[in-house]
Amino acid sequence: MNAYTPNEMMTIAAARSLRNEDVCFVGIGAPSAAANLARLTHAPAITLIYESGTIEAKPSVLPLSIGDGELCDTALTTVGVPEMFRYWLQGGRITVGFLGGAQIDRFANLNTTVMGDYAHPKVRLPGGGGAPEIATHCGEIFIIMAHSRRAFVEKLDFITSLGHGEGGDHRQRLGVCTQGPTRLITDLCIFEPDAITREMTVVSIHPGIKREQIQENTGWPVRYAADLKETISPTDSELSVLRDLQARTRAAHSG
Amino acid sequence: MSEPVSQFVKPVTNSGRAKILSLHEAVALCVHDGDTVAMEGFTHLIPYAAGHEVIRQQRKHLQLIRMTPDILYDQLIGMGCADKLMFSWGGNPGVGSLHRFRDAVENGWPHALEIEEHSHAAMANAYDAGAAGLPCAVFRGYVGAELIRVNKNIKSIQCPFTGETLATVPAIRPDVAIVHAQRADRQGNVMFEGIVGVQKEAVLAAKRSIITVEEVVADFGARNRNAVILPSWTVTAIACVPGGAHPSYAQGYSRRDNNFYIAWDKIARDRNQFLSWMQTHVMQGR
Repeated sequence: MNAYTPNEMMTIAAARSLRNEDVCFVGIGAPSAAANLARLTHAPAITLIYESGTIEAKPSVLPLSIGDGELCDTALTTVGVPEMFRYWLQGGRITVGFLGGAQIDRFANLNTTVMGDYAHPKVRLPGGGGAPEIATHCGEIFIIMAHSRRAFVEKLDFITSLGHGEGGDHRQRLGVCTQGPTRLITDLCIFEPDAITREMTVVSIHPGIKREQIQENTGWPVRYAADLKETISPTDSELSVLRDLQARTRAAHSG
Repeated sequence: MSEPVSQFVKPVTNSGRAKILSLHEAVALCVHDGDTVAMEGFTHLIPYAAGHEVIRQQRKHLQLIRMTPDILYDQLIGMGCADKLMFSWGGNPGVGSLHRFRDAVENGWPHALEIEEHSHAAMANAYDAGAAGLPCAVFRGYVGAELIRVNKNIKSIQCPFTGETLATVPAIRPDVAIVHAQRADRQGNVMFEGIVGVQKEAVLAAKRSIITVEEVVADFGARNRNAVILPSWTVTAIACVPGGAHPSYAQGYSRRDNNFYIAWDKIARDRNQFLSWMQTHVMQGR
C-alpha cells in the first residue's frame, strides 16, 4: 500500500470534506492545496474564491500569495477587495470558508494575533486578516491545523475569530446564524462539534494514530464520538494528484 | 462626542491634471513628515520603488496604513520612518513573519510603534467610506472577535430601520496614497489591471496621491469598456518607474521575485544585517 506523510493525510482529508456544489473561500497554504485537490479529484465544479478578489479561480499551480497572477489569469472574473468583502463574503455567497491559526481552543475559536499580552506581546503574529468576518459569514468553516500542544490550547491568548465561543448556543446568542466550525482536520484526526455542547470532538482517527498521541498534542481532555471511525487512507489517485500539483508548483516557482 | 460637523466633500474641478514627475520630485511634493500614508497593493502591484524613495528622503513620524503590510513596510518601520501602523494582516506572504515589524512591536526597536489593528473587511469598508466622503463605514463584522476590546476605533451602531447592531469604523482618509499601476497615458490617466485590491479606493480617499507606472503610453488603445481607470484629475503625481513593484508582481509585466521574499526572512532577522542591506540597496541605490 502507498506510504504517505501526516501532512498529506491532513490535506486529503480536508479535500474530501469539500463538495462539488460548494462556493469555497480559500486561504493560501494548506487550504489552497486542499481546495485545489478537491477541484482536481471529486469536486470538479467547486467554485474557489480567494480574498484578493478572484472568483472561480482554477490555478494550475498553487499560488505563492493571495496576489498571485495565476489566480487572476485562471479566474472567471476578478473584483476589487471592498467588493469581495461586501458583496461576496458579507453578502452570504460563500458556503464554506477555510481557516487556520497559531492557536485553537476546544470550541474552535482561533488566535492568529498575539502570543502573550496584546499590548506587550511575546510573539506578534500576522493578525486576523479576513478571518474575523470569514468566521461568521461563511455557511460553515473547516479548519486545517497540524496538531501540537503549543497550538491546541486550554485557553487562547487572544480570540481573533469566533468559533463556537463558550460553547452551546453562544453563536446564536451573538446573533450569528451561520454554522461556524463544523470540521477540524489535523494531521492526526478529524474533529466535529458535539451537537449540544459544540465542543470539538474526535469523530475519525487517521490510520495508525493512537488516542494517546492525540491527547499528548492537545491541551484539553479530548472527547471522542460514540461512533468513532478510522479515516480512510489516501488513495493512490488522491496522492498522485496532490503530488503532481505540488511538483508543478515547485517547478513553476523555482525560477 | 464632538458637535456634528458638515463632512461634505468640496468638489474638485477637472482642471488639476496629474503631474508627470520624477519619483524624487513626486515624493518631495506629496509626502511630508507626520503624514498619514497608505501604500496599498493586495500583495500585487506593491509600490516598492516609491516606498524606497520615501525612505531615502528620510520622512519621519509617518502614520502608515496598509491592509497587508509586507516587506516594504518592514523596511519603512525598521528604518524608523513610522510612528504608527494601521493594518489587518502583517506578514511576509507565503514565507513567514516580518521581523522588523515584530522587533518594533515586541521590543520597541528602533522606536515604539503604535498599532491600530483591524480586520480586512473593516479596512476595505473604511477605504470605501473614505472614497465615498463618508465619516465612517458600517458593516456586519467583528462579532465575537477580541479586536473590539483593544481597538477603540471599533464601535457599534444600530440600524435605524431594523434595529440590528452593526460594526462601524472611521473612514480612512489618508494625507497621501501611493500605489503602482501598469500604465498611464500622456494626459495622466492611469489604468490598473489584474488583482486591483483597494488601490482605486485609496487614491480617491486620499488628499494627495502618487502613482508609479510601468510605462507611459500615448494612448491606452483598445480596452475593456469597464477597465479600471483613474482619471488624471483625481491623481496628484505620476512617476514612470518600470519594475517599480519589484519584487512583487506586476500583472502583464513581471512575476514575483520569490527568491527575494525568501531571502528577506534572513536579512530582516538581524538589525545590523538589515541596516547594512538598506544602506547598500536603498539608501545608495535608486
